Amino acid sequence: MSDTHAQTELFVRHEMIPPSEPPALETGAIKWLRENLFSGWLNTILTILGLLVVFGLARLFLPWFLHGVWNANSLGECREIIAQTWGPDASGACWAMIRERWNQFMFGFYPRELYWRPVLALLFLLVGLAPVLYSELSSKLVAAGAVIAALIVVLAYNYGVWLPVGMLVTIAAVSAILDARGAKWPRNLLWFSALYPAVAFWLLWGGSVWLPFVAVLGFVLGFIVMRLVSAQLGAILGASAGAVAAVLWWSFGAGPLDEALIGMTGTARPFWLQTVTSDQFGGFVLAFTIGVTGIAASLPLGILLALGRRSDMPLVKVISVGFIEFIRGVPLITLLFVASLLLNYFLPPGTNFDIILRVIIMVTLFAAAYIAEVIRGGLAALPRGQYEAAAALGLDYWKSMRLVILPQALKISIPGIVSTFIGLFKDTTLVVFVGLLDPLKGITDAVRAAIEWKGIYWEPYLFVGSIFFIVCFSMSRYSMYLENKLKREHR
Amino acid sequence: MKKSVFLGTLAATALLAGFASAGTLEDVKARGELICGVNTGLVGFAAPDANGNWQGFDVDVCRAVAAAVLGDASKVKYVPTTGETRFTALASGEIDLLSRNTTWTFSRDVELKFTFVGVNYYDGQGFMVKKDLGVTSAKELDGATICIQTGTTTELNLADFFKSNNMSYQPVAIQTNAEGEQQYLAGACDAYTTDASGLAATRAAFADPENHVILPEIISKEPLGPVVRQGDDQWADIVRWTLNALIAAEEYGVTSANVDELAKGTQNPEINRLLGAEGNLGEMLGLDKDWAHRAIKAVGNYGEIFAAHIGESTPIGLARGLNAQWTQGGLMYSPPFR
Repeated sequence: MSDTHAQTELFVRHEMIPPSEPPALETGAIKWLRENLFSGWLNTILTILGLLVVFGLARLFLPWFLHGVWNANSLGECREIIAQTWGPDASGACWAMIRERWNQFMFGFYPRELYWRPVLALLFLLVGLAPVLYSELSSKLVAAGAVIAALIVVLAYNYGVWLPVGMLVTIAAVSAILDARGAKWPRNLLWFSALYPAVAFWLLWGGSVWLPFVAVLGFVLGFIVMRLVSAQLGAILGASAGAVAAVLWWSFGAGPLDEALIGMTGTARPFWLQTVTSDQFGGFVLAFTIGVTGIAASLPLGILLALGRRSDMPLVKVISVGFIEFIRGVPLITLLFVASLLLNYFLPPGTNFDIILRVIIMVTLFAAAYIAEVIRGGLAALPRGQYEAAAALGLDYWKSMRLVILPQALKISIPGIVSTFIGLFKDTTLVVFVGLLDPLKGITDAVRAAIEWKGIYWEPYLFVGSIFFIVCFSMSRYSMYLENKLKREHR
Repeated sequence: MKKSVFLGTLAATALLAGFASAGTLEDVKARGELICGVNTGLVGFAAPDANGNWQGFDVDVCRAVAAAVLGDASKVKYVPTTGETRFTALASGEIDLLSRNTTWTFSRDVELKFTFVGVNYYDGQGFMVKKDLGVTSAKELDGATICIQTGTTTELNLADFFKSNNMSYQPVAIQTNAEGEQQYLAGACDAYTTDASGLAATRAAFADPENHVILPEIISKEPLGPVVRQGDDQWADIVRWTLNALIAAEEYGVTSANVDELAKGTQNPEINRLLGAEGNLGEMLGLDKDWAHRAIKAVGNYGEIFAAHIGESTPIGLARGLNAQWTQGGLMYSPPFR
């Protein structure tokens, strides 16, 4: 038996054969190519055609890009340089125009020595957005914060002003105190987010710090009154009383206090910044001012309109439906023309109702109507059980909306809301039709009107378009991040 | 927040505005600043440079008026206006003066209730074609495709011209000058038509200007000039005579370089009256006697302005043509300063 065994089992392997490499055709890039690009004769033909198209386009445009000139003072010089370097028939981009007019594309006619103010407003915008966009601290957020702080210090150093650093230190100090008292980073920055509109207004337009200050006091006053009255008489009366108190303050209290405070400090630093008027705004400062204000203001307004449209109260419902349908039924350009031309006839002559403000109001109303419908879609998607469950918990209307319904409805609506925001930001270029210098056409046409750059066509569009792409793509990526983060279904 | 503050200030200014609507001259003086409507960008006529300073032929009219009225040519706030917004801006009082290559027409003057105070540039619509097309006259353009800006008077002029010459054409609609140049260069149309000054600037900016010709025919009259609101004759007079002063200064040989010298008094009584050495023309306007002196000092006489922005020494290279002094066979003719 054992002999037999010895003869039949001449070799016994004691370890596993190491797995061999898969065949070359079934691995890595080749496999991917075979499966995705060359899986059949039809796909192979399409792939080859596609490659030919890409190659053709690249041959057409790549030399133009690569021959680009960055250092020249006029289009004629650009052409000379290209002809010298690449031969007389070569074509090339003249990026030198962007180099020379960079400031105009970014800041319009904003006074050059004050460029730090819009830049600072943008950096503070990122600080103010952090607690709104991100709920917990991550290493990336800390790194971004460090970079922003460093940029602010560099900015202050370059322009020889110390206000930015002072503001940065104040923000850090107050937030650190809040951190110590329990509000964690970046949540403890929320106070700054709430204050940001006033800060940005002051930085962009300048003037006395007391104007935004007394305006903010109105909100604080309204909030306190709302709290006090709500506790006694209920939410609706409380909100109304708060609004009335705030309006009364702005109408009667704010002006005298503002004047008194200005009288005390005068134009002394740091209570005064050089005034910049709206007609000096242009380029991306204008696009961001309108876009960011419009986005920030249209979301709450849109939520209210969406709730109003689904309300049981006939008056509220009719007003909301009428507003939404009217605004959605009219092209944005019409609204802008109304803001710029028609209002001029209605207002008393000599009235100077700021044109940027008029445009911001119109853009905000326009976006709010769209947002309202997007959110209404989210509200409609919620099962009725959610409403009933909220009611069964004994929550009143506002609490059930705030705690149960809206968090779910807004989550569903994120893609639509972000689409509307992206659309709004791109629509800011339409302000060119009312004579404001938007970056895409206003500034571009103004630059082309200089004889040095007349005849230039694609370069400014490509440049401005790519900046818009970066901003809009970031918004889109953030919305995807948010959707992933809020995903609760197990699919 | 911004809204309420703005609305608060709005309410306040609205109240104030009710009382403070006197003549434009008083408004400008009280404000310390002239608000001038200009083109959003037109080569040679109005364009901001890299530092944001507005420059150009039309801009210098604003500067001259500011120098005459306020004593400082830099005290101008420029409001860029589009073809749509320019008349509303003027009618509503948003701007004091419109200096934006605006054609003086009957309906604009009479129906829209504006006052055209004069002409600072006589323009006219022309054609540009590629040289190898072999066309030498606009009369040979029968059946051509023509790039034309929609919604402008040029479109109507073109239709009139072809109709009256019994010819046909194929319009290619474009929106802006830049687009028109691009289409024309790409061969989408045989001819490009717009104001002759615009054609010259466009041709000058081409990589190969020698391959394009501007045809000799001018098919329309486009007298361009500054505009003010009707009903404020004092202000209209100030703008009109500031423009006339610039034109007269060229006629009498007064330049920005020698104006200081000549203002002390000359043999020529007309110059003396113009520059305030004799008579009281300035006081009649509601200004002081040095008003024209300041305007000429700040921007130069009409010929200097022309040469600096659009003349033959600039890349645009426009000849004086109709815009020469009447003594040189042109149409520039200032009424006497008397």
